[in-house]
Parts: sequence; structure tokens; C-alpha cells
Amino acid sequence: MIGAQLSSAASGLALAAEDSGSDQNPLLPETYDIIWSLVIVLVIGFVFIKYVLPKFQAVLDERAEKIQGGLEKAEKSQEEADALLAQYHQQLQEARTEAATIREEARAEGSAIIEDLRRKASADAERIVGSAQRQIEAERQAASVSLRNDVGQLATELASRIVGESLADSARQSRVVDRFLDDLESGAAEVEAEATTTGGEAR
Amino acid sequence: MSFLATTPTLAADGFHAPSLDDFFPNGFLFEGTAFEINRIMLVRFVAVVALLLVFVLAAKRAKLVPGRFQASVEFVLDFARRQIVYEILGEKEGKKYVPVITTIFCGILFFNLTGVVPFLNIAGTGVVGLPLVFALWVYGMYLGAGVKKFGVGGFLKNNLFPAGTPWPIYILLTPLEFLQVFVIRPATLVIRLLANMISGHLLIALCFAATQYLLFSATPALKAFGLVTFVGGFAAFLLEVFVACLQAYVFAILAAVYINMSIESEH
Repeated sequence: MIGAQLSSAASGLALAAEDSGSDQNPLLPETYDIIWSLVIVLVIGFVFIKYVLPKFQAVLDERAEKIQGGLEKAEKSQEEADALLAQYHQQLQEARTEAATIREEARAEGSAIIEDLRRKASADAERIVGSAQRQIEAERQAASVSLRNDVGQLATELASRIVGESLADSARQSRVVDRFLDDLESGAAEVEAEATTTGGEAR
Repeated sequence: MSFLATTPTLAADGFHAPSLDDFFPNGFLFEGTAFEINRIMLVRFVAVVALLLVFVLAAKRAKLVPGRFQASVEFVLDFARRQIVYEILGEKEGKKYVPVITTIFCGILFFNLTGVVPFLNIAGTGVVGLPLVFALWVYGMYLGAGVKKFGVGGFLKNNLFPAGTPWPIYILLTPLEFLQVFVIRPATLVIRLLANMISGHLLIALCFAATQYLLFSATPALKAFGLVTFVGGFAAFLLEVFVACLQAYVFAILAAVYINMSIESEH
């Protein structure tokens, strides 16, 4: 397209130059044209190369640096955050383990205490039962001793009475027995009172 | 464009055909001296002021976080750097040529665009001086780059006696390469840009001049054609906007290509 445009333009130029009677050859520059073109290009070149482009380059560099710095910073803080998170996780894990240990210990200690108390209680109970049995045994023995004394005395008294009285007739005999039984009954209260006093002493 | 030949007959009826005289108006200041100023020079000054205003203002207010204005200026600079210089020369070799080629690209772009700015209506690069100066800058740059890298002898040997060619070919090749390096490259830079801008102006001006003539001076039967030429003129205007950008791009990318050819050890 450009080639066609170029060639058509060239032929057009030739024709136009002939027709308009212009004595200008468009390819030959006028002196003023060259001079002003030089001035223009020098001005543009100077301003662009000395000011505009370095300024933009500086801005671009700064921008690139900022972006780079920002990325690095973000990466760094991400790493820090990761490390912190890992640390927290570890601490949490440690805390959990510790808590579990403490709980375990507490449970063990609690059951030990309960076991201990139970053992103590059963020991107490045994001791109480044992002392009660011993007391009962002692009272029983005391009662038995006192009973044996009483029975012996009674038997002796009865025997002496029987022997002291003539056991000729059955009337007398039955009288003796009745009297003995009466005595025995009246003496039962005394015996009982005596038994309680001996029990109190034994205790 | 052959219908340009018919313009004299129409001109008699009040049709003002565009011609090359548009590019050589009478001077109005320092007439006849080497500092003569005519309409074209004035258009160039306007373009310079606009260019410097835009870029200096953008540079002065350049911030880390760009606004809309700064972003669009940066887009142009970024385009020149990446799509033109780095694309051809690579980032390592191209870095030191970025300022020059960016300047050439932006300058030519603005001077081209005056051709489609209302009231300016003519490209600053439509007169040979400016394309010539830009081309000479590129010329000096690619010769300088080659000589700086290989020395005068090495540079000439690289370019005029390409390695890997049997020697009898040099009889044919060397004069061609000489022409290529020292004449054709700068000359095509000038002529391509100049001819595009001149033809663009002639095309647009012709369409709109014809529209005016057909709508206001021609017989009623011809008035309908005025609409056709108006649409044609509008299309030519859009095309010219495109061509203005394209030619700035082409000029800058060829500058990069020529530098690259100079500093390549083999090509």
C-alpha cells in the first residue's frame, strides 16, 4: 500500500510540478528550510535527551524499584507471618500437651487420694469393729466370770442349806427349795445391779 | 492522481486544485534571507511548541503513580522503547539508542500529524528540510555506531565485503552495498517520508476542494458527486492519520534496523 502510494505520489508530484508551473523541486531543500529544520531538531533533541527522557526514565526506575521493594517487603512479612504462625502452633501444641499431662497427673493424684481415703476409712472401720468386738469379748468374759462366781456361791449356799436342813420329808424339802427360789428371785435384782457395775468397770 | 492533469481546465471555473505551491508559500518574515519564515515554518513551530508543551509538562508533573495524561505520554515512550528499539536491537544493545530513536519517533509523529490538524492542514515533514535533517541524524548515528564498534576498516569490510561470499561476487556486490549504505538508506528515509506527506496533503486537499467546487459552483447534476468526494475526503483524512503514525513508526524502526546492521558482526 505504501509502495503504491509512494509511486502514485511521485507521479502526482511530477505532474503537479509541471501543471502548476512550479519551479520548485520538492527534493531540493531551500536554505531557510534546512536552517529552521536544524534549529527545530536541535531544540527538540536537546529538550528530549537532556530533560524529558531522563526524567521519565528516573520515574520509571523509581517505580520499578518501589514495586520491587514492595514485593520483597510483602514476601518478607509473609515469611515472618508464616514463622509466627508456626511458632504459635507449636506453642499451642505444647500448651495442649502440658494441659493433658497436668490433667492426667491430677486424675492420677485424685484417684490416689480417693484410694488412700478409702483405705483409711476401711482401716478405721476395721479398727472400730475390732475394738467393739474386743470390748464385747471382755464384757462377756467379765459377765461369765461374775456369773460363775454367783452360781458357785449360790450352789454352795444351796448345798449348805440343803445339807444344813434335814432332808427328811418332802414337805420340808419343797419348803427349802421354795425358799431358795424366793431368795434367788429377790437377789436377782442385786445380781443384775452388780453385773452392770462390773460391766462399767470392765469398759 | 492522473486526474490532477485536468485541473487547469477546472481551475478556470473557480476550482482551486492543490499543488506543490502549497508547500512553498511566500515568506512573511525575513523574506529572501536564510531565515525566511513562511506558513510551513510557522506550522513547524506550532508543532514544536505543542510537542515540547506536552512532553515537558508531562515530565515536570511525572509522578510515581501516573494520571491519565502521564499514562498516555508514557504509553508513547514505552511504545518507542519496547516496540521499536528493543524489538530490533535487543535490550542490551538498544539501551543507549532509546533516547535518540524516541526523540525521532515523537518528533516525526508530531510533524506528520500537523497535516491532519484543522487550520494547520499541512505536514511539517512535507517540505524536504525536516525529513533530511532527521535522516542525516540517523545516517550519522548508524555510521558512527558501526565505526565505533569495528573501526573504519572493520566497518567498511563488514558492510562492503560481506563474509561468506566468493570473491568474484564482490565485483558486483561491493558497489551495490556501497550505494546501499551511503546513499540509498538515507535517501529512502527522506523520500519515503516526504512523498507520503506530500501525497497525503494533495489527496485530502483535492477531495475537499472538489467537494466545495461540486457543491457550490457546479451544475446541479454534478452536486451529488460532491457527497462522494466529501466521503472520499473523510476517508483520505482517516487514512492520513494512520499514515502519519505509520510513517513515524517506519522511520524510527528503520533507524533502529540500520543501527543494528552496522553493529552486527555478520549480516
